[in-house]
Amino acid sequence: MTQGKNTYSAAGEVGSVVEKRTFWTRAKIELSKSPWTARFGMLVIFIYAILAIFAPFFAPYGEAQVFPEPYAPWSSTYIFGTDQIGRDIFSRMIFGARNTVGIAVATTFLAFLIGGTLGLAAAINRSWLDQFLSRSVDVLMAIPSLIFALVLLSIFGSTVTNLILIIAVLDSTRVFRLTRAVALNVVVMDYVEAARLRGEGLGWIMRREILPNIMPPLIAEFGLRFCFVFLTIAALSFLGVGIQPPTADWGSMVRDNASLIMFAQYDLKAGLTPLLPAAAIALLTVAINFVVDWFLHKTSGLHDE
Amino acid sequence: MNKKTKKGDVLLSIKGLKIQGFSDEKWHDIINGIDLTLHAGEVLGLIGESGAGKSTLGLAAMGYTQPGCRITAGEIIFDGVDLTKLTDGEKRKFWGNRMTYVAQSAAASFNPAHRLIVQTTASTIRAGIKDQASAYEDAQHLYSVLNLPDPKHIGERYPHQVSGGQLQRVMTAMAMSPRPDLLIFDEPTTALDVTTQVEVLASMRSIVEEFNTAAIYITHDLAVVAQMADVIKVLRYGNEVEEAPTRQMLNAPQQEYTKSLWSVRSLEKTQQEAEVSILSLQSIDAAYGLEKVLHDVSIEVPKGSTVAVVGESGSGKSTAARVITGLLPQMSGIVRFDGEDLPPTLSNRSKDQKRRIQMIYQMADTAMNPRQTVREIIGRPLEFYLGMRGSEQTKRIVELLEMIELDVSFTERLPGELSGGQKQRICIARALAAEPDFIICDEVTSALDQIVQEGILKLLLRLQEELGLTYLFITHDISTVKAIADQVVVMNQGEVVEQGLKTEVFSPPHPDYTELLLSSVPEMDPDWLSNLNKKEIRS
Repeated sequence: MTQGKNTYSAAGEVGSVVEKRTFWTRAKIELSKSPWTARFGMLVIFIYAILAIFAPFFAPYGEAQVFPEPYAPWSSTYIFGTDQIGRDIFSRMIFGARNTVGIAVATTFLAFLIGGTLGLAAAINRSWLDQFLSRSVDVLMAIPSLIFALVLLSIFGSTVTNLILIIAVLDSTRVFRLTRAVALNVVVMDYVEAARLRGEGLGWIMRREILPNIMPPLIAEFGLRFCFVFLTIAALSFLGVGIQPPTADWGSMVRDNASLIMFAQYDLKAGLTPLLPAAAIALLTVAINFVVDWFLHKTSGLHDE
Repeated sequence: MNKKTKKGDVLLSIKGLKIQGFSDEKWHDIINGIDLTLHAGEVLGLIGESGAGKSTLGLAAMGYTQPGCRITAGEIIFDGVDLTKLTDGEKRKFWGNRMTYVAQSAAASFNPAHRLIVQTTASTIRAGIKDQASAYEDAQHLYSVLNLPDPKHIGERYPHQVSGGQLQRVMTAMAMSPRPDLLIFDEPTTALDVTTQVEVLASMRSIVEEFNTAAIYITHDLAVVAQMADVIKVLRYGNEVEEAPTRQMLNAPQQEYTKSLWSVRSLEKTQQEAEVSILSLQSIDAAYGLEKVLHDVSIEVPKGSTVAVVGESGSGKSTAARVITGLLPQMSGIVRFDGEDLPPTLSNRSKDQKRRIQMIYQMADTAMNPRQTVREIIGRPLEFYLGMRGSEQTKRIVELLEMIELDVSFTERLPGELSGGQKQRICIARALAAEPDFIICDEVTSALDQIVQEGILKLLLRLQEELGLTYLFITHDISTVKAIADQVVVMNQGEVVEQGLKTEVFSPPHPDYTELLLSSVPEMDPDWLSNLNKKEIRS
């Protein structure tokens, strides 16, 4: 047919030019281009994680160690003073990171496990299972979740396990909806049909064919969902049905010391004390949102011109 | 704006144009210094493979670059004005007024919320060329010139209420409405069926002739460009290969590359006689929900041969494939494969039955998981059906890659790092990995460039000879059928119109539908469309 340089060869065909990079070099390049908000967010999350994991090393005193001096002012001995029964607030804040954040992480993981699995199954099945799950989720979502959680916690009792289970189930409804929605776009792809024709089981199709293609929105949702779970737990603790004393957590610390705010006119530092755990909650929430925003922007394909 | 140009004047001249596009953190050349001259009333055909830069050049002729592209050198002089020196606001006075654009996918280019006539006349009214009443009247006139049904009232419909071919003609009417000096057609008929394509081509040509408009017609289909263009320019990798008047170009192409483009359609398989049948569909009825799409379809596929199923979209050819694979259980009828009846539903079929029937898809992009490497894609059927793992599997993957004329360097690539033809080859390798007897090829070449198509078809023919495969080849392209088929099944609206050996089906007498289908295929003859129209007028 043709001679010389015009001879056709399949291997010589020019594909799109993509440089081979490992995951780490790509991550490094992305990080070097990240905005300051995302870097700030990542730094904050990193510090929180370190504090939570190594809490006993950083905290000067024990989590529930009681000193004879209640409501002590800020000093070199008690950096942020002591609370109503004489526990060091600074130490409790560090331990609080471990409890509040730890429980929130566990709850979010569980919510994704439940919601993600059911969402994928519903998207693939598309018939009675989809109908059943979707309508059940509609029913659950129709009830205000904080009030529903309050009711359930009063019935089953406020243990940590119950707290995790109840919030995870309530939050999995939103994960279910998202997973189902994004998976529906992937389920119609020819490669999923090809896997079905090959005779692959539901598990393989979920795990290997669909999940890797819907990860970015799920990871972004994980960040946001974590914030909501975290706030729900703090709110429940503030209301007294969340994490129970003497375990330190930020929500109940705000409640316990709330009355100190009224003393701000006499001692500004005392007035600030109950705001510290609230600020810790706010800072983490903002930090996570910064990172999620950046991540969403990266993966959505929307770029500023 | 008043028109100053008359026939023969230079309307558009592009000199030394260079355009770069930004991707993967770098600027890449898309167009490297192209010159182009277009006279008033002249039609220029731009052809080339994907990535040749023809669409970029077409848009650049209007002074427009897509986001992420920039013009680095050269000038674009339209009627004495250098478009590269104008601001967007100034260029907008030309766009939709003196120069208009017809896009490939009409369905994606219309606003679904407005009536057709409103969209047809919007730019004309906005530019103040005509008032609403006369613009509407003119639009109805254009609809009738373009041979649209019920030209007085079709404009009252919404985009979803007309067919794809009609929509493409409405878009041409929209482009003609301000009576532009220059019309850019960007692959306007690529998404249409052959029988629709002929009508659209004929009406486009008549309207360009009637109003003596200059046009740039971008396509990858040589036969189509032969009908439309006065002059043809061949592009490759952003460079001009050659330019000549249509007849001269068709009869005596100068460059090797152009000759290779021209020779693609010469591939033709020598027909083999039928032997024992491996697959037979017996009076199949099938439906999606309540809508019945297959009516009493019977197809015989002899072992070791290729049966081509041809028909337009909606003819039921892909549905027939879904019945064979078990994705759509039939309502009645039998699918008999190699002497045994196949259970209608996929889940009731044995692993071995699934293995022996494999499928290759039209869009290789969506047929491969973008997150899996070539090794995983080809390796999975090896592991799943044949239990191959580790080094045995690797060895087999390399063998398969060599079979499809690729090599070991491809194993760790992701689908996004392959060209269109390579992707389709990997899909073929995935099908071969299962060691099937029967492969369904669903429009496997229709998304590819001509030269790549030929490579894939040759590969399929060679594999058939070596491995004794049987193909069911679904296509709407008659030249592909000529290239690969032994037997042909013609389908229309869920029924088999005609079935038999290729020579029998392609030689007269034909049933009406086959006649229409065959006569609609553009030929590499500039007079083909005119002759066809004369024939129609006579009959």
